[in-house]
Amino acid sequence: MPIDASLVGRAFPPTPVHAVTAESVAAFAASVGGAGGATVAPTYPIVVTFAALQDFLAAEELELSRIVHGDQRFRYHRPVAVGDELTAALTVTGLRSIGGNDIISTSSEIVDASGSVVCTATATLVHRGGV
Amino acid sequence: MALPAAGTALEPVTFEITRADLVAYAHASGDHNPIHQDEEIALAVGLPGVIAHGMYTLALVGRAVGDWTGGAEVVELGGKFVVPVVVPADGAARVTVAGTVGEPNADGLVPLALEVTSDGAKVLGAPKALVRA
Repeated sequence: MPIDASLVGRAFPPTPVHAVTAESVAAFAASVGGAGGATVAPTYPIVVTFAALQDFLAAEELELSRIVHGDQRFRYHRPVAVGDELTAALTVTGLRSIGGNDIISTSSEIVDASGSVVCTATATLVHRGGV
Repeated sequence: MALPAAGTALEPVTFEITRADLVAYAHASGDHNPIHQDEEIALAVGLPGVIAHGMYTLALVGRAVGDWTGGAEVVELGGKFVVPVVVPADGAARVTVAGTVGEPNADGLVPLALEVTSDGAKVLGAPKALVRA
């Protein structure tokens, strides 16, 4: 089923607050085989980015198992630190169809409790059509 | 830690990914897409088998960059997941991250040219890593 083209430009509400804790940082680092410690893995913001992507998929009734991550880029305005309270707000920036798959481009602004942008995460999702 | 001069090749790092790693990563990241855990579902949607989260591969790039730079601040990181990394039920998939130090840009930030491969295939397209070194 093709995705509604009017999605492009639509902004979705911000995710609930994600509290960055020493435990969440260590668990994330350990899950990718890292040493852990106090260092926040550079891809850690995917946690809140993914929450925004998942809210978007639920709102559009798209099944997660038909989604493959096509591209992911982070531009960090400052490093994420323990104690941050982050939310992500997603906007659909593009939509195209290639060979029965929908390619959905998104950009999520990740902000801290003061509203300052911490990171901009752009993601492309491939929604695989019927197989 | 100062980075070596532009043009210097960085020591490639090879990582292993097992199905158990993908389960742990699903919990830590919140990405419970069954294509990363369930062979039947992965095959049913036309994938060659259980595949690693693209973000798992990018996290390994983050680890390599951290190792090479002594934990320098990362300003940009990303890539296109062009070839899926298939993770077997037994054993592990291997991902190798190779890099070369680039010329600092106008802001003094240093790009690292990356090549990320698995089983001889380039798995990350247009990879980008920019660090404050």
